Amino acid sequence: MVNTLKNQWLSNIRGDVLAGIVVALALIPEAIAFSIIAGVDPKVGLYASFCIAVVIAFVGGRPGMISAATAAMAVLMVTLVKEHGLQYLLAATLLTGVLQIVAGYLRLGSLMRFVSRSVVTGFVNALAILIFMAQLPELTNVTWHVYAMTAAGLAIIYLFPLLPVVGKVIPSPLVCIVTLTAFAVAVGLDIRTVGDMGALPDTLPVFLWPDVPLTLETLMIILPYSVAMAVVGLLESMMTATIVDDLTDTTSDKNRECKGQGVANIGAGLIGGMAGCAMIGQSIINVKSGGRTRLSTLTAGLFLLVMVLVLDSLLVQIPMAALVAVMIMVSIGTFSWDSIRNLRKHPLSTNVVMLVTVVVVVATHNLAFGVLAGVLLAALFFANKVGHYMVVTSDFDEASATRTYTVIGQVFFSSSEKFLESFDFKEAVDNVVIDLSRAHFWDITAVGALDKAVIKFRREGADVDVIGLNEASATIVDRFGVHDKPDAVDQLMGH
Amino acid sequence: MLRVVACIDGSRAAPAVCEFAAWASNHMNMPVTLLHVLDEERYPAEPDLAGSIGLGSREQLLEELADLDRKRSKLALEHGHHMLDEAERLVKAAGVEDVVKRQRHGDLTESLLALENQTRLLVMGLHGESSSDRDIHIGSQLETVIRSLHRPIMLVPDQFTPPRSAMLAFDGSATAFRSVEMMAGSPVFRDMPLHLVMIGPDTSDRREQLKKAETMLSGLGVDIQLAIRAGDVEPALHEYQDEHDIDLLVMGAYGHSRIRQFLVGSTTTTMLKTAEKPLVILR
Repeated sequence: MVNTLKNQWLSNIRGDVLAGIVVALALIPEAIAFSIIAGVDPKVGLYASFCIAVVIAFVGGRPGMISAATAAMAVLMVTLVKEHGLQYLLAATLLTGVLQIVAGYLRLGSLMRFVSRSVVTGFVNALAILIFMAQLPELTNVTWHVYAMTAAGLAIIYLFPLLPVVGKVIPSPLVCIVTLTAFAVAVGLDIRTVGDMGALPDTLPVFLWPDVPLTLETLMIILPYSVAMAVVGLLESMMTATIVDDLTDTTSDKNRECKGQGVANIGAGLIGGMAGCAMIGQSIINVKSGGRTRLSTLTAGLFLLVMVLVLDSLLVQIPMAALVAVMIMVSIGTFSWDSIRNLRKHPLSTNVVMLVTVVVVVATHNLAFGVLAGVLLAALFFANKVGHYMVVTSDFDEASATRTYTVIGQVFFSSSEKFLESFDFKEAVDNVVIDLSRAHFWDITAVGALDKAVIKFRREGADVDVIGLNEASATIVDRFGVHDKPDAVDQLMGH
Repeated sequence: MLRVVACIDGSRAAPAVCEFAAWASNHMNMPVTLLHVLDEERYPAEPDLAGSIGLGSREQLLEELADLDRKRSKLALEHGHHMLDEAERLVKAAGVEDVVKRQRHGDLTESLLALENQTRLLVMGLHGESSSDRDIHIGSQLETVIRSLHRPIMLVPDQFTPPRSAMLAFDGSATAFRSVEMMAGSPVFRDMPLHLVMIGPDTSDRREQLKKAETMLSGLGVDIQLAIRAGDVEPALHEYQDEHDIDLLVMGAYGHSRIRQFLVGSTTTTMLKTAEKPLVILR
C-alpha cells in the first residue's frame, strides 16, 4: 500500500506537478471547444474535464494518462443534445459509465487485440480530421479579422517554443491565448468570444441527478448514444494507454482502466458534465512535460478547476479565433503523419483498411462505425490471405488405378471453394485417396466441402478413402484441450 | 539447484556482502549467484514545458525517450559489469568455485521474486546504494524485500568478520518454532555456540517453551544457552548480544499487521535500524 503510494503518486513530484499544470492550461481551451462541438455550455465540458481527470487519477489503470472531455465523444452527442437537450446527455453519460464498468468486468479490454495497427492509425487520423472539421463553422462567414487572428495564433504556438529559455518554460498555447485575448480587448475587436458560446462555471460543481423521466422510452433514446460513447471512449482510452505504455516503457492494467473510465463518466454525469475518455494529444503533452504518475493527472484536474473559477471573468473574453488556433494545433498533433509517408511502403490491404476507417468516420461522425468497418475489413483481408496457403497436389498410381490427392494448408470458408476446384471429378478412376494429414480444417464450411468432394467421387463410381481427417479437423473444436498444452503448436502444425 | 543469492550494488557494503555470501556458501555447500539490479530512473531530466504538439510529436517523443533510456541503461550496464566482476573476484578468492553473475532490469523486489525459486539464502547489505551518502541506516528497499520474499535473508554490515556464535530472538510463537526448525536443519549453525533468548517476565511457561526449542536444536550438537531477559525487546536483545559478544542475530520478521506497524513501528524495523552486526531474518 505504502509502496504503491510511493511509486504511483510520489515518485516524481516536481515533474508531475509541472506537467499537470501545463496539461490543465491546455485542457481549458479544449474543454470549451469540445463543449461547443457538442452544442452545450462550456461549463459542461469544463466540469466534465475536472471530474474525469480527478476521478481517473485514483481509479484509472494507466498512471500518467490524461482523461477529460474529448472531441471523439463530443461528436457522438451532437444530435442527442439537439433533439432532446442537456438532461438527456447527462443521463446518457451515466449509462455510458455503467456500460464501461460492465465492459471492464467482462474483460473486454482484451478485445483490443482484434483492432489492428492500421485501424488504430485510421482512428487517430479520423479523430484529427473531426477536430479540424469542428473548427470550420468558426472560420466560415466571418470577417478577415478572424483569419488574421487565427493565423497569428498558430504562428505564436509554433514559433514561441523556438525562443531560447522562455520557449521551453511557458506553454506556447497559453501565450497564444493570452496574447490574442489581450490584443482583442485592447483594440476592441468585434469578434466572437467564448462568452458568446454559453455559460461558464461560476461555482464549484454540485451533485445533481439528471432531470429525465425514468422510463423505458428514455432508455431507448439514450441507449444507442451510450453504447457508441462507451465503445469509442474505451477504444480511445485503450489506444492512448498503449501509446503511453510505449512512451514510458511501462505497463498498464487495461481492464482497470475500462472500469476507471466508467466510474469517471458516472462522476461526470452526476455533476452536470459530458462524457469523456482518455486524450491522445494531452497524454503526449503530459509525458513530454515530464509527467509520469497519477499525481500529474490529479494536478491537471484540480488546477483546471481552480483556474476556471478564478479566471472566469477573463475566460469569457477569449476570442474564438484563439481557441480555433489551439484546436488546429491539437488536430495537427493528433494526426499520424507517418501514416501518409508509409502509404507507399505498406501493402495495399493495410492502406485500404486505414483509409476506409478514416472515410467511414468522417462520413458518419462516429468513430465506432469506422473502427467496426476497419476491423471487419482487416479480418476479411486476413482470411483472404491465409486462404492462399492451401495447395492440393495429386499422384496417379497406374497399377492400382488410384488417384491420391494430398491437401496441404488451411481449409476454411475462404479457401473451401478453391479446395473443391482442385479435384478432377471428371477423371475416371477406380480409387481416390484424399490425404489430409498435412491440412487444417478450421470450420464447418471446410468439412462441408470435403463431404461434397467425397460424394461427387462416389457418384462417379470411385471408392474414396480419406486419410488423416482426425488430425486435420482437430482445429475445429473450439475448446480443444490441446491449446493449453506446451506441445500444442507442434501437434497442430507438425502433423 | 538452490543457490546463495548476493545483491551487489555500488554501496560500501558490497565487499562485505560478497564475503558473507562466500562464507555462507562454503558452510552450506551451495553455489553463489551474484545479482545486480538495474533500477535506473526513468524520468526525463529536463522536462519540455512548451505544451504544444506538432507534426509527428509522438514519434519524436518516443525516439527521444528511448534514446535517453538507452544511454542511461548502457552506462548502468557497464558499471554493473565492473561491480559484478569485482564481486566475482572476491567470492572466488574466498574459495567458492561455482559463481554465476546475473543482471536484471527493474525494481529490486521484483527481480528478487523472479529468482525466488532458486534462492536458498539472500545476502544483502544493511545499507543500500542510495542510503550510503545520507545517514539513513536502513536500505531504502529493504523493508519491501523482507515483506515480499519468503526466503531467509542475511543482512550484513559494511565489515566482514566470520561469525563464531549466534543467538535466536525467540518469543515462543508458532513462527518462532518454525525458525527453530529451520535452524535445526541448517548446516550453517553446526559449528557455533547458540543462544536462545526470550524477552519478557521469567515464567515457567516461557522456560518450557525454551526447553522445547532446545530439544529441537539438540541435533546440531553445539553448545546451547538459554536466557530470559526483562525489558523492551530491541535494547534487551542488543544488550545481551553485546554482553556475550555474539556475531549473528537470528529472528523472525514482521509479526504485526501493517496498520499496527504503521502506527507504533515494528521490532524488525527497529532492529534493522540499530543493527551493527549481521542479522538473519527467517521467513
